[in-house]
Amino acid sequence: MRLIVNKIFLALSIFSALVGLAFLGWILITLFMKGLNSFHFHLFLDDLIDGGLRNLIVGQFILAGLAAAIGIPLGMAAGIYIQEYGRGRYANVIRDLSDIMMSAPSIVIGAFVYAIIVVPTGGTSGWAGAIALAIMMIPVVINTTDNMLSLVPRELREAGIALGASKYKVILDIVIKAAKVGIMTGVLLAFARIIGETAPLLFTSETSNYFTLDLSESFPSLTVSIYDLANEPEKASRDLAWAASFILTVLVLVINLTGRFITRNKK
Amino acid sequence: MEKLFQKISLASASIVFVILVGIFLTLLSSSKAAIEEFGLDFLTNSAWNKEVPLNPVNETVQANAAKIFEDVELNTQDDTTDDEDMIADEDDEDDMILADEDESEEGSSSATKTVYGGLVPIVGTILTTIIALTFALPIAMGIAVFLAEIAPKNISYVVGIAIELLAAIPSIIFGMWGLYYFAPIVADIVGGYQVSLLTAGLVLGVMILPFMAAITRDSMNTTPNVLKESAYALGATKFEVIKDIIFPYSKVGIIGSIILALGRALGETMAVAFLIGSIFVLPDAINSPTISIPVAMANNFGEASGLGESALFYLALILFIISFGVISLAKFYFLKKAK
Amino acid sequence: MPVMHIKNFSFTYAGVEHPSLKNITLPIEKNKVTALIGPSGCGKSTLLRSMNRIHDLYPGNKYEGEIELLDFETNERKNILEIKKENEFIKLRQQVGMIFQKPTPFPMSIFDNVAYGLKIAGIKNKTELEDRVEQALIGSALWKEVHDRLNASAMGLSGGQQQRLCIARAVAVKPEVLLFDEPTSALDPISTGAIEELIVELKKDVSIAIVTHNMQQASRISDYTAFMYLGDLIEYDKTENIFLNPKEKKTEDYITGRFG
Repeated sequence: MRLIVNKIFLALSIFSALVGLAFLGWILITLFMKGLNSFHFHLFLDDLIDGGLRNLIVGQFILAGLAAAIGIPLGMAAGIYIQEYGRGRYANVIRDLSDIMMSAPSIVIGAFVYAIIVVPTGGTSGWAGAIALAIMMIPVVINTTDNMLSLVPRELREAGIALGASKYKVILDIVIKAAKVGIMTGVLLAFARIIGETAPLLFTSETSNYFTLDLSESFPSLTVSIYDLANEPEKASRDLAWAASFILTVLVLVINLTGRFITRNKK
Repeated sequence: MEKLFQKISLASASIVFVILVGIFLTLLSSSKAAIEEFGLDFLTNSAWNKEVPLNPVNETVQANAAKIFEDVELNTQDDTTDDEDMIADEDDEDDMILADEDESEEGSSSATKTVYGGLVPIVGTILTTIIALTFALPIAMGIAVFLAEIAPKNISYVVGIAIELLAAIPSIIFGMWGLYYFAPIVADIVGGYQVSLLTAGLVLGVMILPFMAAITRDSMNTTPNVLKESAYALGATKFEVIKDIIFPYSKVGIIGSIILALGRALGETMAVAFLIGSIFVLPDAINSPTISIPVAMANNFGEASGLGESALFYLALILFIISFGVISLAKFYFLKKAK
Repeated sequence: MPVMHIKNFSFTYAGVEHPSLKNITLPIEKNKVTALIGPSGCGKSTLLRSMNRIHDLYPGNKYEGEIELLDFETNERKNILEIKKENEFIKLRQQVGMIFQKPTPFPMSIFDNVAYGLKIAGIKNKTELEDRVEQALIGSALWKEVHDRLNASAMGLSGGQQQRLCIARAVAVKPEVLLFDEPTSALDPISTGAIEELIVELKKDVSIAIVTHNMQQASRISDYTAFMYLGDLIEYDKTENIFLNPKEKKTEDYITGRFG
């Protein structure tokens, strides 16, 4: 009897894993079929106004890249503070708040940026979008930096100090180097997360049909455009949305896997 | 130089604090107009963007009331749907009739005001989250058990990565796939609309499934090996070890993981936006459309202004406070205790 | 007649080329305490963990040779290395219990901890459970300390009490053999003394194999001692012979503290 219960339970558990994998497979296969169907090389050459995706892909990269350029240094510096300088309560409070911010609804962050940037500046802009994404990224980078630095053995720091290096030198030259791989992985995963975000961009950068590098106006976004296109009645628009989704997913998964690959190779 | 570096890092850390407090204060001040106008009644009012007469004279009210009564009765007779549905609908019907009434009364110059209430999106958010959890919980637990205890190392590693990749897929993809491929199947089985509370909840469930499974697995992995070994050494089966040792041992962590997933589900926008139907009507059945807070924001922010925009900020504030509470509960009560 | 007999036994961990145990032959005598001693990495714990095949929780290990176990019910000898089926594993582990280095109380009450093995062995009758739990707790010299708080969490006990609780839990299912894997290495001297007394007391009912780092402990409580070194069994004899009159040079060097 006990053995039967055991068997049933194990079977159920394996079944759940199969269900999980089935969903992954289903989504990926759908994406590949629909995406490849409407995939053309010209998608990379034309802008949305001409039925392509070039401006959107470039725009999404610029938004996410800018967010990373803001979020990574801030997040790392904050992580260094928490792990290396923070004494007692304040560092712990920051760590806790950062944890909460990591799970804060992204649409709320969009609304926040809307209120503090879009309203005062009189309209949606690339800057607003990038800042919203940066706010999403900062806590993830803090968390990674904090965790990875905590894995660096204390002796390494002491050895550096014993050689007469100042603390910030030790942190920059020794501790960060020792934790480099882990931090890079975390940062890549964070980047993969924000490049696929839609909600924080909806009313900050919006999207644009045209190619632009001017961050002070509405800025082309792949994800926001997918949302718009998918809700349009014409089949052509929806096909374009599928192609865009396919490209977006491949991008996100490639960045994600690259991150994991780096860690694995270094281990 | 040392001082400078230290100051920079302290300033960066403080940004987190500034942003979080900033979010709260900004939402509060942007929703001030709506809070002053509607107060806490906002939470229980199901009308959204409805014109109602301002300071109505007694006569009009009575006239309206009589008319409404008639209309409702008429509706009840005409309508072939269940009585239960009607009762649930009644509130909305009233409001719609009121609005109609006002529009038709072109002659009377009586001032009207627009009313916003948050009940529908609040209920929609809570219900989609409950459906998502109900669906995802058993499967996620099964996956976590499989990854932590059943699968051989290499299989667990590969499947683990696959599950984590599923978690990495952008939510908008879940939404599209849900609308065009998943919802039709669900609607075929259950009946009703393709865009509904049920389909939105289920897709949301699929979306939080991998996240929940991955962190539950991590919690389960904290069970020391010796503890498991000593149960096996007493002759326990795998099921007994999982049920009697691993689950009790990592209980707090698992509950924390579930609540964290719940926090994610509450604030999710895109996966739900495609599927929930986006109408400000309380759902009368599990397969009828409604709206959630994030979706209300996503779809109405662009056109809203004045009081409407303020009401959306009010919703955002409510969502922020709820998820702040839920996430803090998970992180600081359960997950801290688990460590 | 030994209750367990290890014959020409070799053991290789998964993914490793060289065996960790080479050609070990060793009896575990009935109602006696057999101590396994030797420097770290000599394979004594590996050998102990082979005797109830707890190694099999981690697949891919290789066994060679035989480990015979006498079944008290049928009086037959059986090679436990041939076990493949789940129910046979369960039976083996009910026959051969184990106590670990660190106390491993389960996250449940004191009573439920001791009753756990009995419950999974199919005992449901409440009075019988209570009786057996009480006996086991008395047998492991814990009854006096905990009889008034059986429903309290086992996590609240001290380290020494927790270890005795684990012994009670193992004894409750009435095993033939009990394996102790350095049971006192995480405990203070007083708790260690209590556990040692208990082990000597227990051998009336059960045969015991104990791995220990502490040579005084081995000489105090064991009847037989096996000295192992780098995966080989160097010498096995009555404990007094090993300590007073070792035949091998290596054994002498080790017990006189020249290495290890």
